[in-house]
Amino acid sequence: MKKNRFAFRSVGAASVAAATMLAMMSASSATPKPHFTGAPIKIGISLSLSGDFSADGLAFQQGYQLWAKDINAAGGLLGRKVVLDIKSDASSPVQVVTNYKTLISVDHCDLTFGPYSTLLTLPSAEAVQRYGYAMIEGAGGGPSIFQAKLPNIFDVTLPVSYDMAPFAKWVSALPTATRPKSIYYVTSNDPFTQPVVDTAKKLIGSSIKSVGYTVFPSEATDWRSIADQVAQAKADAVVLGSVDVPTISAFMQAFEQAHYTPKVMIATAGPDQGSSFIKAVGAGNADGIMVPNTWYGLSANPLSQKMVAEYVKQYGGTAAGVNADIAEAYTVGETAAAAVNATKSIDNAKIIKWLHSGAVTNTVEGTVSFDKIGENLTQIAYTFQWQKKGTTFVQVNPVGNKNSVAVELPKNAWGK
Amino acid sequence: MVHALIDGVLTGSVYALMATGLTLIFGVMEIINVAQGIFVILGAYLSYYLQLHFGIDLFAGLLITIPTMFVVGIVVQRLFLARLKGPEKTAMSILVTYAISLVIEGILNIAFTVNNVQLNTSYTNKSFQVFGVYIPYIYFMGFLLAIVLLSGLYYMLYRTRFGASIRASLADQSAAALVGIDVKKVSTICFGIGIAVTAAGGMVFGATNAFNASTSYDLISRLLTIIVLGGMGSLAGALVAGIAMVTLEDLVGAIWSPVWSTMAFFVVLVVVLSFRPQGLFGQQSARAA
Repeated sequence: MKKNRFAFRSVGAASVAAATMLAMMSASSATPKPHFTGAPIKIGISLSLSGDFSADGLAFQQGYQLWAKDINAAGGLLGRKVVLDIKSDASSPVQVVTNYKTLISVDHCDLTFGPYSTLLTLPSAEAVQRYGYAMIEGAGGGPSIFQAKLPNIFDVTLPVSYDMAPFAKWVSALPTATRPKSIYYVTSNDPFTQPVVDTAKKLIGSSIKSVGYTVFPSEATDWRSIADQVAQAKADAVVLGSVDVPTISAFMQAFEQAHYTPKVMIATAGPDQGSSFIKAVGAGNADGIMVPNTWYGLSANPLSQKMVAEYVKQYGGTAAGVNADIAEAYTVGETAAAAVNATKSIDNAKIIKWLHSGAVTNTVEGTVSFDKIGENLTQIAYTFQWQKKGTTFVQVNPVGNKNSVAVELPKNAWGK
Repeated sequence: MVHALIDGVLTGSVYALMATGLTLIFGVMEIINVAQGIFVILGAYLSYYLQLHFGIDLFAGLLITIPTMFVVGIVVQRLFLARLKGPEKTAMSILVTYAISLVIEGILNIAFTVNNVQLNTSYTNKSFQVFGVYIPYIYFMGFLLAIVLLSGLYYMLYRTRFGASIRASLADQSAAALVGIDVKKVSTICFGIGIAVTAAGGMVFGATNAFNASTSYDLISRLLTIIVLGGMGSLAGALVAGIAMVTLEDLVGAIWSPVWSTMAFFVVLVVVLSFRPQGLFGQQSARAA
């Protein structure tokens, strides 16, 4: 035990020395620090740093922190430094409300940014509305958010219901010879997921024969039996409303074990998780899997490219592997900054009024402008597909878009 | 429906294996180990590590991971749980093991990141056909592993001297101490065994599900439900309840709708507990068996 204490002291002393040297080096070589005036602007955020949404919550945290770093490097907001006050809600819809109440009434935050998921965003927005705060968010795009018609909610990302529209349009318009003859819709009843599948089903309509529609509970942890039901239907295409990597991974494994390979397979979430998805399912199996999204790391948008370069420099990885959550969080910051700068104020009433004015902000995710219920309908959705044996993740539609490449069709057999 | 039945039995046996440790620990020590879920995930990560860095097969790796988890269990019990005494012991154990769970979750998040991983080998996605039904090798091997380990545990409990000490401690710790049984030692070893079996359960779970540290939250709620239905402290109860729970869910999902599958299980749980508050194989039955 004594030896350990000594070791800890030694490591601690070395760390302090190293930190001091680094600080001295950076002080002498870094660009001049911006001069801030007045008290910092505190932004309160609740994020799922543990629990079911932790992977996305931590990615959102990185996105928010990256934005705060950039805005402070550029002189802050209204000349004031931006400070993030982040609390963990453990993915709990109850804790998230407590957090926002604390952030506003105890921590006296000036602004609030959204948590992760529709499930947590709705109660959060209702809570902060009582204090007259705006809730600018990037991951609460389920219909329940907008059905609530809250005056203070602003979702910077395209509402999720529209996510699969390009896919639905593409698959319905395929020539008869290549178009799937049958399709199976299977989805979690998660408020962020089911509307995406339901809208796709509505858009595809009778152009492809539906052979099944199954809804499973979002709290499910064992998907094998449900996946077996889908496999037995032997549909040409599968539209899966998955909430994360484990969901789609379980379906893919069950399909392979049942010797069933759909010609077309798209999932609402999971395949967009880059290396996390590949590690779980294997690159060979990922080949041909599609996923809708409003952004990806190789976007041609110059703002996006700048952010991605900074992200890769800070956290490592590749541009293609950058999680869309990062861009969504960053966009929230950009939108808030635009509102604060336009109103020259951190008065939430003025910010809400400006955000409802129809003003357009250019962000890493593209344009942001809100309608009366806080939807941003100016963005377009894309469909992405893992191709070349799961080594590349490319945009495949909307068809005709300059960055879209041809869809790999039909999907290769599992593991090939 | 046949698919659902087979899936239920195969998957349920693995849940039973994971729950066995939990019920054994409660039975002997009256400790509700809410860290059992994270120990399962730790077991899965150990298998993942051995496979990734040393190319060790998942099942062969159990020869390393089971003893390792046994030692982890012993250390945790000696450091944190042996000190719990008195009438508040059971309630306090929830807090202590929850804290242990959070610490392990944090360490795993740092060591492996929050990205999901899955144990993949040449046979995890393969299956064989029996009367037109595809049976995945990994589920079948997991089922066999569960049967072997549960049989081993059963043999140890009912055919060995140490097992007799455990059963005596299960029945009455004071009386066991009076007849010369070292209850402290029995408790420590029992906790070690309870954690050791999570290595096997975790390996099969990790080979059939993508996971990260937070997956433990979903697991622990299921495991606790299984041992409540089976009867806290009962090995047979854990086995029957584990298989019953997953089979019932799968059958309801196949016949009716997956949306109602979880609810159906809880309806059964409430009905059973209304008539048998001690669960299907409550402590009395376990002690008498």
